[in-house]
Amino acid sequence: MLFGAVRCVEVGLVHVLADANLRLDAGPVDYVLLGFYFVLVLGIGALARRSVSSSLDFFLSGRSMPAWVTGLAFISANLGAVEIFGMTANGAQYGVPTVHYYWIGAIPAMVFLGLVMMPFYYGSKVRSVPEFLLRRFGRFAHLVNSLSFAVAQVLIAGVNLYALALTINLLLGWPLWVSIIASAAIVLAYTTLGGLSAAIYNEVMQFFVIVAMLLPLTIVGLYKVGGWNGLVAKVTAANSDAAAQLHAWPGSNLTGIDNPVLSVIGLVFGLGFVLSFGYWTTNFAEVQRALSAKSMSAARRTPLIGAYPKTVIVLLIFIPGMIAAVISPELAAFKASGGTATNGVTYNDTIELLIRDLLPNGMLGVAITGLVAAFMAGMAASVSSFNTVFTYDLWQTYVVKDKPDEYYLRVGRLITIVGCLIAIGTAFIAGQFSNIMDYLQTLFGFFNAPLFATFLLGMFWKRMTPMAGGVGLIVGTASAVTVDVLNRSGVFTLSGQGGAFVAASVAFIMDIVISVLVTLVTAPKPDSELVGLVWSLTPRDSLRHSDTGENAGWYRKPVVLGVGVLVLAAVLNIIFW
Amino acid sequence: MSEPVKKRAGLFDLRYVLALLFAVYGVVLTVMGIAFTSQAGLDKAAGININLWAGLVMLAVGIVFALWARLRPIVVPAGTEPADDATGAGES
Repeated sequence: MLFGAVRCVEVGLVHVLADANLRLDAGPVDYVLLGFYFVLVLGIGALARRSVSSSLDFFLSGRSMPAWVTGLAFISANLGAVEIFGMTANGAQYGVPTVHYYWIGAIPAMVFLGLVMMPFYYGSKVRSVPEFLLRRFGRFAHLVNSLSFAVAQVLIAGVNLYALALTINLLLGWPLWVSIIASAAIVLAYTTLGGLSAAIYNEVMQFFVIVAMLLPLTIVGLYKVGGWNGLVAKVTAANSDAAAQLHAWPGSNLTGIDNPVLSVIGLVFGLGFVLSFGYWTTNFAEVQRALSAKSMSAARRTPLIGAYPKTVIVLLIFIPGMIAAVISPELAAFKASGGTATNGVTYNDTIELLIRDLLPNGMLGVAITGLVAAFMAGMAASVSSFNTVFTYDLWQTYVVKDKPDEYYLRVGRLITIVGCLIAIGTAFIAGQFSNIMDYLQTLFGFFNAPLFATFLLGMFWKRMTPMAGGVGLIVGTASAVTVDVLNRSGVFTLSGQGGAFVAASVAFIMDIVISVLVTLVTAPKPDSELVGLVWSLTPRDSLRHSDTGENAGWYRKPVVLGVGVLVLAAVLNIIFW
Repeated sequence: MSEPVKKRAGLFDLRYVLALLFAVYGVVLTVMGIAFTSQAGLDKAAGININLWAGLVMLAVGIVFALWARLRPIVVPAGTEPADDATGAGES
């Protein structure tokens, strides 16, 4: 979501302006395939309901999921439509450097989450990321984080819903309000019935449908341009900066930083460290998937198993993007004009153009299903993490305490409905003020960078005080927003994605500095309350996982999985150097 | 729903759902590919009968999921093994 959001700032407006020339020629077969998918989605919701008998079942799948399911759901929750549109667009515009969002911008953070942070999350038995803050820092930091997360998720769900309606309107010609209400109703149905289990199962199914959309597109596209060599030749012929588009490093066209050394620093520190670690290790919509795993071993393996498909799937995203920029006449004209032509398409239409131009009826239906599935799963991930934080972290912690568990299960179902209704409202408002909504979404991305700084300090520095936790978060977020506003208002200018990298980096550094300063003048928590939450105070044994029974085998060792995927990403980096 | 004793219902096996999805998609696409893909549709995909190929691959994937679920069924842990708050953080 975060990385897509950085890119997707214009999606709303652009789609309104685009002509109907993206209308797909969907036939009965295509609708049958889409309809069958909906049947399975709702069926999963109905079946999953049987396994919901407590609030823990509803919000965390009763901590019973196998690692391969949570692992795929982990990346699927992020592989929403915003990401697919945004990253194919990046592929069309910047070419190979798009891989940095994956190999630098996701893999190391996912490995870090699995190897270093997950033992604290899963081991302390917290039910959410904010709850970890509550235990570590007390109420101030907890309230700041729970409120900002809950508000952000419900608005993001609305933005997602609006983007879905726009896409369906563009591709199939359905009125906006029909798609908004129909898709919200479907998401609502399965998330209220089956809770997180239904959301996770559907995310896994969505993952496969998305692959079933992207893989044929890539193969047909590559065949059409004459393979990788043909693509290289066409990109070279069409672009004056072809070298930058055909090599991953230094990625100056992506960062907007001309100096190669600074560009690499921006990528590695800004994207690879601050933005990426912030998003992957502290965003509860992601971490929740791992918390639902059935054992410590499975929880640690969740992000690691997810990292493998994450590493490879970018090939199915940036290559089609590059192909579209050379074989779609409209997009090629748009790119040749330097992004100024007004012929009704922009980079954001990349995936739609490919689907329209390459896929016959049949596969067309699979592709439409893939897009719709991606939107709905993105919304479901927001809704299912929102209801958990609202119920456990806000309602149960501050409003109505000490009720029996059934009460909170009911609250959870009810707030899911409320959340979906707010999302529908947000979607309709977004229709009026689409640029504001897109901007908000970018803004929410900035909550993560300081959060990661606070977690890092909090987990490894036992002295850090509760007051420092809360103040650091507020100052860090405010710094990111300040930098972003300065950049947008032209006080300094970074084109490309550099602005977001710098804003996040400043937020991270400010959070650390302020947290350290505040810690030095306020009182820390006693050591006894920090056992299991801080590295130096936690017995090593309690961070271990079992390696017998179904957790046995060298290929299930987290360290082996983690090192393996880092090597894979490094090798791919060298190939596309 | 409101039984006081925490039961582990054991969620249904997702692999069968995936097998069903791919089997149906596979059959539809294969039939489309064999009989109902127009010349215009073939030309779009540079002459590849993508419906047929995708259909066959999906059928194979569906079969793989069904076989996997069949050969390695979910073992519902006996008793209340990981039930609720297992205190030992390191235990499975």
